Amino acid sequence: MGMGRRLALIFKAKANKVLDKHEDPRETLDYSYEKQLELLTKVRRGVADVATSRKRLELQMQQLQSSADKLQTQAQQAVTAGRDDLAREALTRRAAVNQQIADLSTQHAQLQAEEEKLTTASQRLQAKVDAFRTRKETIKATYTAAEAQTKIGEAMSGISEEMGDVGLAMQRAEDKTQQMQARAGAVDELIASGALDDASAPLGGKDDIQRELDAMSAGSDVELELAKLKGELPAGQQQQAIASGDPAATPQAAAESEAQK
Amino acid sequence: MIVRILGEGQRRIDDADLEGLNALDKELTTAVESGDADGFSSALSALLDKVRQVGKALPDDEIVPSDLVLPSADASLDEVRELLGEEGLIPG
Repeated sequence: MGMGRRLALIFKAKANKVLDKHEDPRETLDYSYEKQLELLTKVRRGVADVATSRKRLELQMQQLQSSADKLQTQAQQAVTAGRDDLAREALTRRAAVNQQIADLSTQHAQLQAEEEKLTTASQRLQAKVDAFRTRKETIKATYTAAEAQTKIGEAMSGISEEMGDVGLAMQRAEDKTQQMQARAGAVDELIASGALDDASAPLGGKDDIQRELDAMSAGSDVELELAKLKGELPAGQQQQAIASGDPAATPQAAAESEAQK
Repeated sequence: MIVRILGEGQRRIDDADLEGLNALDKELTTAVESGDADGFSSALSALLDKVRQVGKALPDDEIVPSDLVLPSADASLDEVRELLGEEGLIPG
């Protein structure tokens, strides 16, 4: 049997369970309608929860962006002052902050997608619940319990399938939101520690090894950025920066003049 | 025939279009049974594309059970297995 049919049967089995609960099938209609209203409330709350998480991420991204800007300014100032070591530190941190921003924006896109899906799901469910209410009243008014059976069975498996679908969508959105919240808490702590704003402060919450690792991956970028900043300096200051600055540059320059001879 | 894509809603499909769908559904089933994650995602996206292409969306206020229920586009193989195992009622 194909996948599609198997899944359809699983959803039908759930509806049948509800139907079996009540002796008079017409009671099932009222019971189910109450459940539908409950689910609608839950889904709307779910949409609001996801939106809250999304907004929190947006706020964090703004904070991180202003940290990155600040570190960029610090790096420029450090280079002007001939302090390559500090500039390097600031650029390393900026690379780490930019990495965080990139991670957050991926998550932001995911949350936004979940929010859209849940919103659509809640609109669809609302339309179905309204239609169900009308149908339920018609069935109760027109048919005896015995006659109503088939009509109720169909309405019930239709609505129960929709509720199952919405329930699954809610679960996924909740899982995603929870993951985000745990991460968002860590980012908040990092921002609050001030470590992202000030290159002269010790790195917040990072041990030396992690710092080394970060430096290894960020290192080559940092050197490039450093060279770029130096290139932007006016000619006079460039001399000064080289004279006072990069310890690696001097032996290299010496080696080069050696090679020219 | 009515087909539901989880998270997207239901579509009505003409009998004439069923044959192509059945073949794709078979591929998907094989991938799930053999635990082939790559085969699963390619079969699933092909199947969903086809359903979206030939199926006509049901109005939101229509309440009718589906003949086929398909996983959502971003579902993983594990999620589908979980779904199938949930009730322990899978025939075959």
